Amino acid sequence: MIEQFKQWEKNRHDYAKQWKGKTGGKVMGYFCTYVPEEILYAAGVLPVRILGSHEPQDVTEPHIFAMFCPFCRDCLAQGLKNRYKYIDGIMIAQSCLHIRQAYTSWIKHIPVEFEKFLCMPHKVQSPHAYEFLIEEYRVFKKEVEEWTGKKITDKDLDNAIKVYNENRRLMRKLYDLRKSDNPSITGEEVMEVVMAMQMTDKAEHNKELKKLLTKLEKHKSDREVGSRLIILGSEDDDTVFMKMVESSGATFVIDDHCTGSRYFWNEVEQGKDLLAAIAARYIDRIPCPTKDWEERKRIPHILNLCKEWNVDGAIIMQQKFCDPHELDFVAIKKALNDTGIPTLFLEFDVTVPIGQFKIRVEAFLEMIGEEDLF
Amino acid sequence: MELEAKYPTEKLKCWGKAKNIRMKFYQDYAEAHDKGGLRWAGGAWTFDAIPAGLGDDVYPITSEPYGATIAFDKELSLECMEAAEVKGYPRDLCSYMRNYWGSIITDKFAFGYKDKEFVPRFQGAKPLGFPKPDFIWQDHICCSHAKWYQVVSDLEDGIPMFTVDNAVGPAHKLTDSKIKYVVEQLKDGIKFLEKVTGRDYDDELLFKAIKNHFISTSKWAETCELNKAIPAPLDEKSIYSLYVLGTLQKAGKQVADFYEKDLLPEIQDRIKRGIAAVPNERVRVMSDTQPPWSFLSIFRYLEKFGCVSIGSLYTFGLIGQWEVKNDGTWGAKTIPYVEFSSRDQALYEYVKYELHKPEWQHFYSCHLKSDMMIRIAREWKLNGVMLHYNRGCEGLTIGIAENRLALLDAGFPVMTFEGNNADEREFDEARTKTKINAFMETLGVK
Repeated sequence: MIEQFKQWEKNRHDYAKQWKGKTGGKVMGYFCTYVPEEILYAAGVLPVRILGSHEPQDVTEPHIFAMFCPFCRDCLAQGLKNRYKYIDGIMIAQSCLHIRQAYTSWIKHIPVEFEKFLCMPHKVQSPHAYEFLIEEYRVFKKEVEEWTGKKITDKDLDNAIKVYNENRRLMRKLYDLRKSDNPSITGEEVMEVVMAMQMTDKAEHNKELKKLLTKLEKHKSDREVGSRLIILGSEDDDTVFMKMVESSGATFVIDDHCTGSRYFWNEVEQGKDLLAAIAARYIDRIPCPTKDWEERKRIPHILNLCKEWNVDGAIIMQQKFCDPHELDFVAIKKALNDTGIPTLFLEFDVTVPIGQFKIRVEAFLEMIGEEDLF
Repeated sequence: MELEAKYPTEKLKCWGKAKNIRMKFYQDYAEAHDKGGLRWAGGAWTFDAIPAGLGDDVYPITSEPYGATIAFDKELSLECMEAAEVKGYPRDLCSYMRNYWGSIITDKFAFGYKDKEFVPRFQGAKPLGFPKPDFIWQDHICCSHAKWYQVVSDLEDGIPMFTVDNAVGPAHKLTDSKIKYVVEQLKDGIKFLEKVTGRDYDDELLFKAIKNHFISTSKWAETCELNKAIPAPLDEKSIYSLYVLGTLQKAGKQVADFYEKDLLPEIQDRIKRGIAAVPNERVRVMSDTQPPWSFLSIFRYLEKFGCVSIGSLYTFGLIGQWEVKNDGTWGAKTIPYVEFSSRDQALYEYVKYELHKPEWQHFYSCHLKSDMMIRIAREWKLNGVMLHYNRGCEGLTIGIAENRLALLDAGFPVMTFEGNNADEREFDEARTKTKINAFMETLGVK
């Protein structure tokens, strides 16, 4: 059912190259989900999220000190290995320090036509963040217009917002299906859909998503659901891990990470000033821990997800050395445990030790299932 | 291998005064409530002129220097680290932060009284409990900054907290909108301070504090600039004990006065008289990021080779403010001699000035930092660079590998050594000394 999404995800580079050939448009590689893709899309640019390949590598050793997260190094490795030769621009929106290094090394060693560090505010809880970000967007929009030679009209922006919002709504629909006692789609499959979403034209993704939703409405899964899990934490696109857990007597019914629900959870609420509407979406979205202060607003959101998706247990994963998540997980673990949700903490690297993790996951699932046993 | 002295040397006359200012800072914080005053906590980079407007009896503790102070006390540091780990905080997090949290968890302050004298714990003082701040006043440019105090607030059952986002982009791209975003937050912050303390805010005190800030940061840079001289009047180990005052209370009058009236004239005098920090100076290097605080002896080890570490972008630019002068060289930032007529105007000038801080620029691009480091290497006439790959501070270590490549490209030999500013378990002294031996050989001194 998800073959097309899987194909897009596995052959991401071919997809982007074909898209370029077909449309003659430019491709923008980006590093963080705080990048306002709508502005790029309105200019006819295809935003493509740079992700790693989960292969051991040593090409980044001279560029990024090894105490920074494996994800940022894996991303840079893709550039240094010339796998993104087709991109015309590269950008980041201010987020964590780790991934920022992939960007700064990239612009020096793999130069492209257009580069942008977009100053996304950190204090999204400040009322002044909106005005600041709108101004940053105005400058960015102008820069994109100069780069592409295309004037971005309100109509273009409006269309981009509509396409993106539809995509977000459809994804929320897909996630809602997982609330069922017998979800018709696994966490691993959903991960393929979300990842494909970050590297394809959203209009095309929408079409395929609609087809998938129609199929899923009729589909009855015959697999054992087992324990209903949430996976949350750092960037996570490790489908191998998801598959292992889901073949051990569990199903991931929901997630909270930036390659998952946090990427699409909130829509742009249409307003008169379209840049202001986009800015509000990125400021008010479910925050990355780098921006979740002074109040930790993500915790009630996570607890709500657990409640609504009827979660039995939580796997808290984090990329090794991921400080922002390390700074939150003690509070998150406590909040989950206080509401009776058991947690398992796992530290991820570029490759994960599946055998060792399987033992820990099985022990965790056994613990969750203990009440049923006795 | 003791080399023959080439230059005269002498101890700094203002050394004792610097030490007293530092000790009084911690004592004032600890005793603030006894005198009816207030205590606040925040980072070394926070806009500390703002709480100054609450009165002359409002005393801060700044997180990073306090974390370093604990690091220097190896026994207490280990206790703090382990206490933080027991609570579930990973050991690869900022090591200053873990020391600081540990001090709260164990309820042990790094200072106390011995025979009624306020001294560090390692000098035999009976440690006090950690003096809980009345409010938190923080800034945020590093991922750990605001989060640090979120945890402090968790550990202390909630302390009112306000954090200012100052990550608005590099100095060369400053705009009115960027400055105003920070200014508006500061104005909100003042309202927050009035609310949580119940005090009226005094703009005149704010104006004085901002002026102190200008003096501290500019005069410190001017002092560091003097280290371009051969022989260098200051070595980095001494610089650490002097720059720290700016990290404690850069908007404090005692710090501004010390830099302007004590330290700067003394260093000018040392240059006039040819007084060297290292009498056998033969080669000059700089370091980068915080040193491993419990192993400052490595800087004395360099002296055996006639090597002086003249400072670093870290010690020059963490607090010091710089600008490019007409002749193209780097010098102290000109103090804006403006009269403040309103809170808004004063805050605008304060923010506009402060956003040029050299140590904030690499948060946007490591290449900006490389350019500044190469400038220092050239203008301070260096033979090589020692980069501390510091596992204890992601904020200052970001981009360090690219800095290394850029320095090498610019023709400067670079030695790297891995360590941790405040977690001594992650520093290998013997291995580092062996690397120094090899590096000195490549610089032609052995």
